[in-house]
Amino acid sequence: MSITSLKPLNLTFPDTWWRRNQMWVTPLLLLLPAAVVFTIFVIIPIFQSITLSFYDWDGINPKKWVGFSNYTELFGDEVFWKAIFNNIWWLFAFMLGPVFGLALALFLNQNVRGIRLAKSLFFFPFVISQVVVGLVFGWFFNSQFGLLNELLSHFGVEPLALIEGENTATFVVILAGLWPQVSYCMILYLTGLTAMNGEVIEAARMDGAKGWNLLWHIILPQLRPATFIAVVVSVVGALRSFDLVSIMTLGGPYNSSTVLAYMMYEQTFLNFRYGYGAAIATVLFIIMDVYIAFFLYSMLKREAR
Amino acid sequence: MFPTAIEKTSKLTQTTYKAALPIAVLLWLLPLFAVALTSVRSIEDLNRGNFWGWPTSLNFVQNYTEVFTRSPMALFMLNSVIITLFAVAGTLILSCMAGYALAKYHFRGNLVLFSIFIAGNFVPFQILMIPVRTIMIDWIPLYDTVWALVLFHTAFQTGFCTLFMRNFIKQMPDALIEAARIEGITELKIFWHVVLPLVRPALAALAVLEFTFIWNDYFWSLVLVQSDEARPVTAGLQALKGQWLASWQLISAGSLIAAIPPVLIFFLMQRHFIAGLTLGATKE
Repeated sequence: MSITSLKPLNLTFPDTWWRRNQMWVTPLLLLLPAAVVFTIFVIIPIFQSITLSFYDWDGINPKKWVGFSNYTELFGDEVFWKAIFNNIWWLFAFMLGPVFGLALALFLNQNVRGIRLAKSLFFFPFVISQVVVGLVFGWFFNSQFGLLNELLSHFGVEPLALIEGENTATFVVILAGLWPQVSYCMILYLTGLTAMNGEVIEAARMDGAKGWNLLWHIILPQLRPATFIAVVVSVVGALRSFDLVSIMTLGGPYNSSTVLAYMMYEQTFLNFRYGYGAAIATVLFIIMDVYIAFFLYSMLKREAR
Repeated sequence: MFPTAIEKTSKLTQTTYKAALPIAVLLWLLPLFAVALTSVRSIEDLNRGNFWGWPTSLNFVQNYTEVFTRSPMALFMLNSVIITLFAVAGTLILSCMAGYALAKYHFRGNLVLFSIFIAGNFVPFQILMIPVRTIMIDWIPLYDTVWALVLFHTAFQTGFCTLFMRNFIKQMPDALIEAARIEGITELKIFWHVVLPLVRPALAALAVLEFTFIWNDYFWSLVLVQSDEARPVTAGLQALKGQWLASWQLISAGSLIAAIPPVLIFFLMQRHFIAGLTLGATKE
């Protein structure tokens, strides 16, 4: 058998339309369904809401163009400023999420018997629904038959009306919100601590670093990715706060615990002012955009490296 | 390891730590223990103001049966199951495909498209609320059915899931795909036979994470649904609170029932859950 009779390895394939075009058709096909539903239910509605904020609409009768009047009314609305201030309180208070989360993670980063179960139990509040969290905390702080006052009465303390108080309601709701938020941040830090390079820590210990010094100069810089995510999710959580307000206080008493997200819902569906509601949503969206831009920038910068 | 391993500290510190641990857990979950205890109390106990003491009689069976007989709780749970399972499946399928396309194909606008998915995932729900409700009433008549929630959750969660899948697939070596291409395997078959088997861990992580997100949603069940027939358990529970007023033993039992599925999923698939949640928390 001569060598020439060997056929060359056949590397050419039947020349079909698919074979010629698959390199651009495939990604298009794969992306299409996700892009279509995301466009219909997320992208387009954003622009529709912004447009709607320039109209007066009760949800039924024809819309009426009113220009910026929803916004001028909004900026003169006391409830709006109350909501803004409460959202700022939420933001500040939620920054305690990463702080307490780190403290808990440091407490739990040990290898003793039952520690895995302890970690899971500490994470519990994040897994259960905010509706349940809201019901539980609302009942805990209820002035008439709440668990807190029941407990305090054993120590001779007068009943407190925290959730019914104009000056305290927001803080009770925020406290309820912090409970799952701390759990979330804790798990982020625990993962960061577990994945940390042990040699670096030992080397620092050799050099005499310990306690706060070690935490501040060696541990925290290594935990930066965890801190970044913890802060981002806490900011988004604070600005998205709706469930707990809706379940615990309905924004009351006298709108004292309302937030932008709840005020928007209330104006739209309870007062049937769709245009006004859309204007509130637009303001909330613009505030959130600052954080979205910040997150995208950090994410894409990391990508470029 | 930081802080110093407890085994390396004094006997006193070790004992203190081991004693503090269960106390800390107890305090952290105090509200939940109160609820669990209340869910088995008799109404007499509650009327007498016995909230913290030991229940005088255990009404476990009676209270939990009453939740199901006196309310559409079973229907709410079924609705939640349908909504969650279909929406999780839908969003995983869509994001798996989109994530692969964004991770392994180079085309103009790739990064822009990716950024849109990321950004969309952070927008406040309120900016979508009115238009999405209008779509479900006027265009796709699904308002007040579980399918409205399935469709919306599928669409919205696709943002987060695509971000997740894209970053996961991006880490896979290109050589795998190139080798298959040289073999003459078509692009769609590469996706099916080469890529899909490798993304299973990411799919598992996303599935458990999305299960809890969607199960626990409250806002959209207020916006897109109004009758008991379509209500998931979160909105159902809130509605029951209005009816039952001071029957805290029933509200507590209902709350625990609603919390069981996500808690169960979390405990059974803890590793996947945390892997999903903490993606990006360990590396820069």
